[in-house]
Amino acid sequence: MSVIAERAGFLTSIQDLGRTGFREFGVSSGGALDSFGLRVANLLLGNAEGAAGLEITLGGLQLRFEDERVVAWCGGEFDVRIGSRVLPAGHAGLVSAGEKLKIGAPKVGCRSWLSISGGIDVEPVLGSRSTDLRASFGGFEGRSLHDGDVLPLGVWPGSPTPATGISSWTAPHDWVSPAKPKPILRFIRGADWNRFDTSTLQRLTSEAFAVSSDSDRMGVRLEGPELKRVDESDLISEAVGPGTIQVPPSGKPILLLGDCQTIGGYPKMAHVITVDLGVAAQLRAGDHVRFSEVLLADACRLLLERERQLELFRVGLSLHTS
Amino acid sequence: MMEIIPLGDSALIVRMRERFHDAPEQTLDTVLRAFQQLQNAAIPGIIELAPAYTSVAAFFDPIPVAKAAETPDKMFDWLATRIRAAVAAGADRGRHRTATRRRVRLVEIPVCYDPEFALDIDDVARRAAISPSEVVRLHSGAEYCVACVGFVPGFPFLAGLPKELATPRRDVPRKQIPPGSVGIGGAQTGIYPLRSPGGWNLIGRTPLRLFDPKENPPALLRAGERVRFRKISRDEFESLKC
Repeated sequence: MSVIAERAGFLTSIQDLGRTGFREFGVSSGGALDSFGLRVANLLLGNAEGAAGLEITLGGLQLRFEDERVVAWCGGEFDVRIGSRVLPAGHAGLVSAGEKLKIGAPKVGCRSWLSISGGIDVEPVLGSRSTDLRASFGGFEGRSLHDGDVLPLGVWPGSPTPATGISSWTAPHDWVSPAKPKPILRFIRGADWNRFDTSTLQRLTSEAFAVSSDSDRMGVRLEGPELKRVDESDLISEAVGPGTIQVPPSGKPILLLGDCQTIGGYPKMAHVITVDLGVAAQLRAGDHVRFSEVLLADACRLLLERERQLELFRVGLSLHTS
Repeated sequence: MMEIIPLGDSALIVRMRERFHDAPEQTLDTVLRAFQQLQNAAIPGIIELAPAYTSVAAFFDPIPVAKAAETPDKMFDWLATRIRAAVAAGADRGRHRTATRRRVRLVEIPVCYDPEFALDIDDVARRAAISPSEVVRLHSGAEYCVACVGFVPGFPFLAGLPKELATPRRDVPRKQIPPGSVGIGGAQTGIYPLRSPGGWNLIGRTPLRLFDPKENPPALLRAGERVRFRKISRDEFESLKC
């Protein structure tokens, strides 16, 4: 059975939790830019956490379902409707055979992740169903969706079904709605922190940066105070990853996201911590973002605490759905 | 000198050397041995390793590492200790068999240097004060070493470019470079595996596929392998193109 993308929207692609194991060949991790959001959406409807869903950028998507499915989504402040019923973020909703699901433009934020019971069942490539848009492989023919694409869905055992159409159960607000009107991203220092002088470093935390329109799944380009290095020496290219803030000679920092290149030769000034990558994935052109420093141990503690909460959530959900 | 530096909260960089271009071969030898040792060591929580020039990156899943390390404050140290031990074990073994060099594959890459593919060969030639055909002779006469695969999937950065051919990147990068294009960027040469933007000086094109996600491994080349370019005609280019 399948779902038809009657309107594909601005940029919609199939994503799961990304690829591992091929970085030595230059293949980036990719996957849902808010992988935690996708995991939560999947759990809400009894999917495996890593089932492939849709990453929707700025909305405009309309889906028609061939058979009955349960759906859930996390992300920015989008207007999502099943027929005429509103499906709030973080709730499971029942879609009947032939019914339509529409996702409008977001009031706040940039992206959302939609899970469908059974998952989207495209063939995995290099161990993942994620679409690598830059290298054109994985997902649906290695590209973002076009109007009329028919996406195969996996087998759905048929439970749990919210009796009234929209589930009473939900997930914590922070998890399902990470977009903020005034986002602050926490970071830890990068390897090249000391290549910047004190006043430049202060600017990173004291001033706001504007998100440039030249941003995509590879990275968020930021405009604002110029971050100039004190030394001009050439650096040897090293690994970079999602969350890395690198500073090219222009002095305009780039915050790398899931589809970023595997290596880079620009100074690594800082790294946004993993628990805040979901907030970073909501940045869109014109937004203003601020940064605040934390210690590596804090970043680890926050990440572990969130995993513990997710474990409790998983147990709690099974009470509703068994 | 080994240095272990956090790359955010879910990855770290194991820096084996400070410089690369002084001694590319020896540096790669050290880095790839560390890469191999770390793969063999299968340290809990490490999910992905990748070498690049002077370093090896290790990406990890913090959950199993935290469980093993007991507290979040100790996670990084816990990993660093195991990484140091694994790399040190490799260095010892390396000393015992200094006579046996790493066995490496030599890959021959056919390249058509016809003007239609060599958009910037005149610039490279002018800079070196030699003729374009001399550029071809030098480029296809040298043996190279894959210093790193990355940036885009399957892109090999090759060390060993004859010094005369070193040419700075173009001021204005091209928006689209066809797959298979062979270029020179600074002191390195490389091959664009995918249609992508880029600023390297183009001097030819290979009919081979550098990256194919349906294959495993998906890239034609990996770090440490050796490469030679063989000059081919336009006809041979067409017949080899798959």
